[in-house]
Amino acid sequence: MKKIYVNEEWCLGCHLCEYNCAFAATGDKFMSLALKDKEIRPKIHVEDDGKIMYAVSCRHCEDAICVKSCISGALSKEDGIVKIDKDKCIGCLTCVLVCPYGALVPNEGKAVTKCELCTDNKCGEPACVKGCPNNAICFEERG
Amino acid sequence: MKNYVVVGGGIASLGCIDGILENDREGRITLICGEDRLPYSRPLISYYLEEKTTLEKMQYRSEEFFKNNNIEVKLGVHAEKIEADTVVCDNGEKVAYDKLLVATGSSPFVPPISGLDSVEKKFTFMTEADALALEAAIDKDSRVLIVGAGLIGLKCAEGIADKVSEITVCDLADKVLSSILDKDCADLVKEKMEERGIKFMLSDSVEKFDGGRATMKSGGTVEFDVLVMAVGVRPNLTQLKETGAEINRGVLVNDKMETSLSNIYAAGDLTEGMDISSGTEKVMAILPNAYMQGFCAGKNMSGGDCVFDNQIPMNSIGFFGYHIMTAGSYDGELYEEKSGDSVKKLYVKDNRLVGLIFLGSVDKVGIYTSLIRNKTPLDTIDFEKIKKNPSLLAFSQNYRRKNLGGVL
Repeated sequence: MKKIYVNEEWCLGCHLCEYNCAFAATGDKFMSLALKDKEIRPKIHVEDDGKIMYAVSCRHCEDAICVKSCISGALSKEDGIVKIDKDKCIGCLTCVLVCPYGALVPNEGKAVTKCELCTDNKCGEPACVKGCPNNAICFEERG
Repeated sequence: MKNYVVVGGGIASLGCIDGILENDREGRITLICGEDRLPYSRPLISYYLEEKTTLEKMQYRSEEFFKNNNIEVKLGVHAEKIEADTVVCDNGEKVAYDKLLVATGSSPFVPPISGLDSVEKKFTFMTEADALALEAAIDKDSRVLIVGAGLIGLKCAEGIADKVSEITVCDLADKVLSSILDKDCADLVKEKMEERGIKFMLSDSVEKFDGGRATMKSGGTVEFDVLVMAVGVRPNLTQLKETGAEINRGVLVNDKMETSLSNIYAAGDLTEGMDISSGTEKVMAILPNAYMQGFCAGKNMSGGDCVFDNQIPMNSIGFFGYHIMTAGSYDGELYEEKSGDSVKKLYVKDNRLVGLIFLGSVDKVGIYTSLIRNKTPLDTIDFEKIKKNPSLLAFSQNYRRKNLGGVL
């Protein structure tokens, strides 16, 4: 299936993926209005030590330990995508405790958020990939 | 066609069913569930009292799930006796099995304290029925005494904090959450709960009850209207004991979740297994492990070859928005950071990360947890680089190419 993959050597560390992700979640028309003066909690994040940089989002693991560990039954796998039922999640963060990639995002007492490959909004294809200026993340079949 | 019987209505049973269904969609699965509702999340009962979830949302799988997968569910039925190829139920029914999972969980332990019988409103706190009974017994004027400052006792306190007038929690230990926290972290959690009006009597226990009065060993007294006993839990082993399975504190299982008896597997709170962070056998009654044990058992019951050999104790829990994450064991060299309300402790031993405690800020803690579970030799990664901030920068470029880039 198509997933988001990283081409580490192409990443510029511009963080645009983070903004496009946060913007996609709002469903608004203009990024500046939607995100201005707001703290964003994107579902993709760039790790950067000054020399190496790359984006990390949910890997939709074959054997997803977050799904197996979820105490509320909010996480499940549908058609290869790890999905979260925001209504069921009570924010215990067990998924954050076990995810080896740090890909789930705590959300201040509310349901955890995570990448669902933009199947949870109206983007069609992952917004982070669409907006990446240097092909450092792509949405395709691999491996 | 194989007959699979799964005894118990908790998450271990669902893990087992998922495991079986991955290999065998033709077999007959019977789920024997002691409570009279479909499996639900027991740890969520405090969130129910807090009105953060509902009884409907707490249910793990819909009725359709069981129907669509041809699973026969017997609700409100207990397995009374386990024979070589049959489970005898308390309603007289006999259910034949080729492969059996025993996932009967654990039950609250109530110590025989003098005068306990004289307490009118007393409860334990584990099941939906417990939560509903407690909910019906409290009102805004209730004074509640909770015996036990462990995970169950404190979650109960949080769940009812806004619904009663007074909560006192006592515990024999000198700290709260004594099974998962060290003293200074425990004191921070206690302070957070005290800010919400919860009172503590630690290093103290009830000597006797007299109706609505508890006399403490220290000599003090507590007047209360409602009592919650949350001292601890004990594995439900009766059926397996009678059948002759090898049992220590919990039933012994190997890493395929087989008991010492042929065709009988066990998973969840009643099992004793290897904690790879400390190298010791223990009962690790926590939900994620129960699911993973059940899943492993289910795979093996249906002809697979699966091992679950990296169990560690781990907990993610919060009180009034203050988060706590713990994993592994705390025997090792300590790396510590504190800032504001946040605490971070990492324990390193023999070139491995063996344990962690986080309070407050908990972003990306799973990167550390996976180092513990995978027994990653720390000299194969740049551990120094991620002591402060967890990231995948500690790993080789090849690791990232494989895991983020999908390049094999």
